[in-house]
Amino acid sequence: MDLLPVVIFLQSILAATWRMATPILYAAVGEIFSERAGVLNIGLEGVMLIGAFAGYSVAYESGNLILGLLAAIASGILSGLIFSFFTITVKANQIVVGAAYNMIGMGITGVLYRVFYAESGRALSLKTFAPIEIPFLSQIPFLGEVLFKHNIMVYATLLLVPLATFVLYKTAFGLSIRSVGEHPKAADTVGINVNRTRYFAVIIATTLAAIGGAFLVLAYADQFVEGIVTGRGFIALAVVVFGGWSPWGAMGASLLFGIFYALQLRLQAMGNIMIPYQFLQALPYVVTVLVLIGLTKRRVQAPKALGVPYK
Amino acid sequence: MEDIIIRMVNIVKSFPGVQANRGVNLEVRRGEIHCLLGENGAGKTVLMSILYGLYKPDAGEIYYNGEKVEIRNPKDAINRRIGMVHQHFMLVPTITVAENIILGQYPSWKVLNDMPAVYEKIEKLSKDFDLDVDPSALVQDLSVGEQQRVEILKALYHGADLLILDEPTAVLTPQESEHLLGFLRQLADRGLTIVFITHKLEEVMQVSDRVTILRDGKAIATLNTKDTNPRELARLMVGRDVLMDLKKKEGQPGNVVFSVRNLRVTDERGLLAVKGVSLEVREREIVGIAGVSGNGQSELALALAGLIDCEFDEITLNSTPITKKDFARLNHMGMAHIPEDRQKMGLILPFSVSENFIAETYRDEPFSKRGFLQFRTINDYSKSLVEKFSIRCGDVEEEIANLSGGNQQKVVVARELDRRPKFLLVNQPTRGIDIGATEFVRQQILAERDAGAAILLISTDLEEIFALSDRILVMFEGKIMGEVPPDYSLIEQVGLMMAGKSAVHA
Ligand SMILES: Nc1ncnc2c1ncn2[C@@H]1O[C@H](COP(=O)(O)OP(=O)(O)O)[C@@H](O)[C@H]1O
Ligand SMILES: [Mg+2]
Repeated sequence: MDLLPVVIFLQSILAATWRMATPILYAAVGEIFSERAGVLNIGLEGVMLIGAFAGYSVAYESGNLILGLLAAIASGILSGLIFSFFTITVKANQIVVGAAYNMIGMGITGVLYRVFYAESGRALSLKTFAPIEIPFLSQIPFLGEVLFKHNIMVYATLLLVPLATFVLYKTAFGLSIRSVGEHPKAADTVGINVNRTRYFAVIIATTLAAIGGAFLVLAYADQFVEGIVTGRGFIALAVVVFGGWSPWGAMGASLLFGIFYALQLRLQAMGNIMIPYQFLQALPYVVTVLVLIGLTKRRVQAPKALGVPYK
Repeated sequence: MEDIIIRMVNIVKSFPGVQANRGVNLEVRRGEIHCLLGENGAGKTVLMSILYGLYKPDAGEIYYNGEKVEIRNPKDAINRRIGMVHQHFMLVPTITVAENIILGQYPSWKVLNDMPAVYEKIEKLSKDFDLDVDPSALVQDLSVGEQQRVEILKALYHGADLLILDEPTAVLTPQESEHLLGFLRQLADRGLTIVFITHKLEEVMQVSDRVTILRDGKAIATLNTKDTNPRELARLMVGRDVLMDLKKKEGQPGNVVFSVRNLRVTDERGLLAVKGVSLEVREREIVGIAGVSGNGQSELALALAGLIDCEFDEITLNSTPITKKDFARLNHMGMAHIPEDRQKMGLILPFSVSENFIAETYRDEPFSKRGFLQFRTINDYSKSLVEKFSIRCGDVEEEIANLSGGNQQKVVVARELDRRPKFLLVNQPTRGIDIGATEFVRQQILAERDAGAAILLISTDLEEIFALSDRILVMFEGKIMGEVPPDYSLIEQVGLMMAGKSAVHA
């Protein structure tokens, strides 16, 4: 039997895996900060959408991808402030605020997109971050294609995960975050400002989620479409749980999702498969959940104070 | 240096519906062990929380080393070398001892790269003070006693020279308590000042130099410990003479109300915890079950209350045989249950006082009509119970979690007794509550007996067993070792039976 088509098929899937995992990984790593501090933000989807739109419109109008990325970051900070204000200062229910934020994100970006872009008759695509081929390494057969021909935002996750781990486990700030989500009163009695710590954690979360959203327009697809995030914000929430609230765990879980996402895209593209495409689209979501349920033997406990406002 | 380390003047603090501190004055001398004595709810914790910066007083002044200070938050307190070991430990269970100790001590951007030095310092302190604390252990893996040592070490690490301990012995075994008191004496000898909150008279007498008695949010008196005695302290604390010995009339047992034959219960580990217990309880009789905790008493109580599965040959209530199917309706068949753990079983903590009062009867008339709760009736009823049982709470809508332990227990007792049960099962009715409430609860139980109830009393407190019971059964390793009359001269014999020796008749 000829092995070559199989290898090529595998190569194409694995090459796409990391890229597919990237937006989810940004959002999930951010959400880990927020949840570790005790704030559950189910509004990630909305935050990502707004980040995607901000990134797209600024990059498109200015022709500068970096400016687009900065705009996404600014939108993330703003989202974080809004979410924190309602959940931490006003102490509104986190689920309700998160759900509302998803709807707002959907609505606002939808309207703005239609008004300014969809019917403008302009050419809407922009030039995305180009893949960077790592000298020599990218020439390795198979591995070169899979690992060493990605764009900067994909490579950046290699920095993001260890950095997040370092901040969470090796800095005073990280220690405060972990304490505040577990036993806020204890943190309070040693002089930690619980609510301020939570504000920072939420802003980190929404900023990373917005970057994840911007990835979709600046480094993946080359334009915005309504609802472009397609549930990745929710998958990120699941990835946080399956990853046991740790950045490396989240990386594993999002790569797993990435593999199946890439697989279903390939299968759809092949076109001669007799499976309705809706089933294929559901595949990565279903399989990720099933595999992770199977893999997660010892259930890691959620932070004790998750979802509970302080005082 | 000033001889007085802390002076609190006219401290006032109110919460909605409660005045916790109403003009408290307190002076603590450098290097002394100063007890803060008072019943639950007297305002001890609130007063010390103010000193530690957790609450802001409505009025009043604090002088520290003679200088007027404002302590706005715990950080201020720590910076002034005030440390506090809270009644409910303030440790994060999922991080290590060392991380708990340095928590909040560094600016946020600090990289924690000096952990070896922190470990060393902790180990040195631990050795110095003989505390036996391992800096690398996760707090959640430590016993309660160990966690308390971590709390003390945390305060010492932060450089405390005034150490506040809020009811530290409440969570300890008698041996651990003894050890702690000795340790506090050592600390004081090294020059630390200690404020020790308690409601136990013996501890005051044993460990303190001076004692301030708090009652109803006011400081009643400050005394030199060697010039006072437990009786005087009890009177000051409760505000009247305390009947240390209850007046108990001779019991007049009538017909058998409740009986069980050959009860067998397995515990959650699948071991046989109750190994064939038979007993009966008559009208106007209190049968006490004595025993060291963990000899099957909890399982016995839970099984009789129908809360866990069990096997038995026969159970009768008012001469009616009971089947397992009846277990869910026992409280409609004239039985009441005062459980061992009021917070986990007796009460619904996030609910109000009045909701807890009607927790078992809310579906019945007059509290509910055609599916609607009758709030006015419920309110009036709750108010009458609060009055009758002198329960101290803001009002009947207050969350029960805010009440002190003694008042919470009174709510359970009030609810159960007000149903006029024929058979009353009581487990550890006065554990962890102050003497005023203890006396009250015991009197209520006796009154219930005199009104005709059959009462099964389970308690690990021998004093309580002897004070209340008409007959005493001793339980050991799931079996009844024998029966003894409540004659104080037999207390030693009961002690032997509790340790597994069969009854020896002289
Ligand atoms: N955070 C709070 N909110 C409302 N009431 C409180 C609060 N803390 C204490 N209280 C009330 O203040 C009174 C004194 O409480 P506390 O100081 O805890 O008593 P204790 O002497 O037993 O330590 C009690 O009636 C208690 O219910
Ligand atoms: Mg207290």
